[in-house]
Amino acid sequence: MKWNNRTRVFVLTVMLAVLILILYMIGLLIPEEAVGTDFQHAGQPPSWAYPFGTDNLGRDLLLRTLKGLSVSMTVGIAASCISAVIAILVGIAAAAGSKTVDGAINWIIDLMMGIPHTVLIILISFSLGRGLKGLLAGIAATHWTSLARLIRGEVLQLRSQHYIVVSRRLGKSGGWIMMHHLVPHLVPQFMVGLILMFPHAILHEASISFLGYGLPPEQPAIGIILAESMRYLSAGMWWMAVLPGLMLVVIVLLIDRLGENVRTVIDPYSAQE
Amino acid sequence: MLLKRFALYLIRVISLLFAVSIISFALVSASPVDPVQQYMMGIGPVSDEQRSEIEAYWGVDRPPAERYWSWISALLHGDFGVSLLYRRPVIEIISERFRNSLALMMCAWVFSGIIGYSLGCVMGMNRNRWQDKIIRKLCYLLGSVPTFWLGLVFLMVFAVMLGWFPVGFSTPIGMRDSEVTIWQRLHHLVLPAFTLSLMSFSNTALHTRQKMIDVMNSEYVLFARARGEGRWMLFWRHGLRNTVLPAVTLQFASFAELFGGSVLAENVFSYPGLGSAVAAAGLNSDVPLLLGITLFSTLFVCVGNMTANLLYGIIDPKIREVRQ
Repeated sequence: MKWNNRTRVFVLTVMLAVLILILYMIGLLIPEEAVGTDFQHAGQPPSWAYPFGTDNLGRDLLLRTLKGLSVSMTVGIAASCISAVIAILVGIAAAAGSKTVDGAINWIIDLMMGIPHTVLIILISFSLGRGLKGLLAGIAATHWTSLARLIRGEVLQLRSQHYIVVSRRLGKSGGWIMMHHLVPHLVPQFMVGLILMFPHAILHEASISFLGYGLPPEQPAIGIILAESMRYLSAGMWWMAVLPGLMLVVIVLLIDRLGENVRTVIDPYSAQE
Repeated sequence: MLLKRFALYLIRVISLLFAVSIISFALVSASPVDPVQQYMMGIGPVSDEQRSEIEAYWGVDRPPAERYWSWISALLHGDFGVSLLYRRPVIEIISERFRNSLALMMCAWVFSGIIGYSLGCVMGMNRNRWQDKIIRKLCYLLGSVPTFWLGLVFLMVFAVMLGWFPVGFSTPIGMRDSEVTIWQRLHHLVLPAFTLSLMSFSNTALHTRQKMIDVMNSEYVLFARARGEGRWMLFWRHGLRNTVLPAVTLQFASFAELFGGSVLAENVFSYPGLGSAVAAAGLNSDVPLLLGITLFSTLFVCVGNMTANLLYGIIDPKIREVRQ
């Protein structure tokens, strides 16, 4: 059977989604006891029993990494969903509202882009007393700007289209035009923007946890594992830093690929690039 | 025309800085962390009397708006307060650490600009050939790699295993500042700067690639080809001139990412710059330092964006036409 390009991409996308979901579930299903401390096996290099080795407290790094990845993914998904909703609301408000609203929103976006994101997340996290809440709020607050700009541009462009002008002249209400002409164009943009935000959010989560903000130190987040590994670098425990980081790269690449594929499936124009 | 743009932009920067000061102050005020408690933990046991004295001095009991006013008016007089963590005026710490950070960021900035631009040109001139494909894959890959982890790996390989570079800090340990030579400083700078530059070059490279492709598809290049110009000639006469300034502009506009990246790079390499100071300030509830660095980093980003905007105005021939 010969598949055309679209079918092939579609099947690949489903496979990627399933793979990511499986990795996520594995992390969730690992019980707390499995990543407990075990001083008898502390600081072991990778072996068959411990493919990623063990850390200074004898915790199995493979299990800890997988668990950490699912924590990071939860944070990343939650933060990017919040961020994407903010983006679509703000984007539509900017494009559909008056000139003053548009100006105000542009000013706010400029403001958000004026503070380095890492510094802003540190501030927000500090304000909410660190922890998961601060991390989520920080990442959600810093990621919506570019998608909001994109959606604003899209709505502005759509509004001047002939079919929408005609529709309005034919006496259709604003709500009807919104549902029948704007939403079908915006949903794909929104979905792709959302999925392409995941990797960014996950990377930010990892780096902020690495700095010591965000999740508490006993949580097996990737950033925390990497921060711990720094203390044992000069002791030669290379596996503590290399392997968990590599897993993070793999998961980010997978999600990135997924986003690109979804874009190809739902936005045929970009597929021909 | 240019002056007017500049003045307008200056007003915008001032309004942004003002807004950032309000927002960051509000965020810090909302924090559940008690700065007085934190301060007293640093100076040892104190009596209740001393505690209320400190509270009165800090104005904890006053409403936030009033505290903001006294903070901002002191700020406008150049008084950023005293850092709790380092027990020194914030402005002193910022100026001292900014010099370190600036050295790091500028090295990374120049390096990533040169690498990014050259790779972008190679990709654009060889569109869809193997060079383009490999470099483009590499650029996308770097976007998915957490750069602080890459820094960790470099630290491990080049500093711990091979011993080519020092493990951290900006100067050799146990040496006075005046005794450190420029070579020693550079030696400490190489790894952090290289890590930081990896963070930003792919953006410049991909952007330059697109610009170069646009130029190569233009009619004037088609005509130049028809005249018999070779690839080098095309690059020298058309490609370079039309792509180098947009790349420089983009580099100036990336100051926010540069600063954000330096926070991570400095923490990995224990480099005593603003980035490691801001992370430490947040962790140790050093409010004056945290606010000071936030404002300073915003100013830094604004200067970059302003330069980008002005450059854009100066180099865009269409705007120049209007001026004449």
